[in-house]
Amino acid sequence: MNRRIPVIEKILNANDQLAAQNRSQLDASGIFSLNIMASPGAGKTSLIECTIRALLGELRIAVIEGDIASTIDADRAAVAGATAIQINTGGECHLDAAMVSNALKQLDLGNIDLLIVENVGNLVCPSSFRLGTHQSLLIASIPEGDDKPYKYPGMYQGVDALVINKIDLLPYVPFRMDYFRQGVEVLNPGLVTFPLSCRTGEGLEKWIEWLKLQIIMV
Amino acid sequence: MHELSITQNILDIALRHAEQAGASRINRINLTIGQLSSIVDDSVQFYWDLISEGTIAEGAKLTFKRIPTELLCLDCNQKYIPGVDELVCPNCGSTHIKIVAGLEFFLESIDVI
Repeated sequence: MNRRIPVIEKILNANDQLAAQNRSQLDASGIFSLNIMASPGAGKTSLIECTIRALLGELRIAVIEGDIASTIDADRAAVAGATAIQINTGGECHLDAAMVSNALKQLDLGNIDLLIVENVGNLVCPSSFRLGTHQSLLIASIPEGDDKPYKYPGMYQGVDALVINKIDLLPYVPFRMDYFRQGVEVLNPGLVTFPLSCRTGEGLEKWIEWLKLQIIMV
Repeated sequence: MHELSITQNILDIALRHAEQAGASRINRINLTIGQLSSIVDDSVQFYWDLISEGTIAEGAKLTFKRIPTELLCLDCNQKYIPGVDELVCPNCGSTHIKIVAGLEFFLESIDVI
């Protein structure tokens, strides 16, 4: 006989549970972890390079690089001075908690203060999959356009901090900062935001200051 | 294209609940998806047909209850459905907003025999 069984279960429950395990593991090792998300080309790897260089000698940094293919990003992070692990997702458009859990097994967690996870370049899928990191950062960039909060609300809604990269291009690109920020404010009220340029270094100091504060607070 | 992993999760949850209920066949999967969750129905159905093959959920129909995004202005209490390229309160222009609906993303129920 046909019958209906109530379920009411979050579809990504299994991922969320594994993410919570990742978090406990990171907490137990006293590591602060950051999930960086952005569209391709927004400057995730560039910001990671700048961040590593600014904190080198002060903190022990590891980077988990998520990409569909290649080790280009892990190589860049290693050159900048971090321990880097590359995850090739083999076509998957996002990292999930299981991939990060596997990457954690390859790291010497007792010798890390800051773990940066660079997600796959994508403004849709990564926002649905929690990884267990302490905070998540979204990087927007001026050439992407000012309409992105309106087009990708899920991504803007779920992050803890926002970097607006490539502000050195503002004179050359039509980008209504007010319109952009209005959209952000609706989706994520009071979101801490850092306008900066990885190329010129403008604004980087504030970002590094904030990041250091987060690390101390863990 | 995260629909494949989403679909796998849906299947896992459905099979677990069907087994607990001692069901022999799953005929229908009822999903509740808010507009702010980026899921393409057709893709999920496509993957479903592939990955449910050989399970008691093979051939099950997926239904998607879509919940429109609804915002509440915390300054003037206006409830509204935002436009495609505008999010601020249409009544008072405030950005002091709470999302009251649109973030749903769960498996509501399954129909079984």
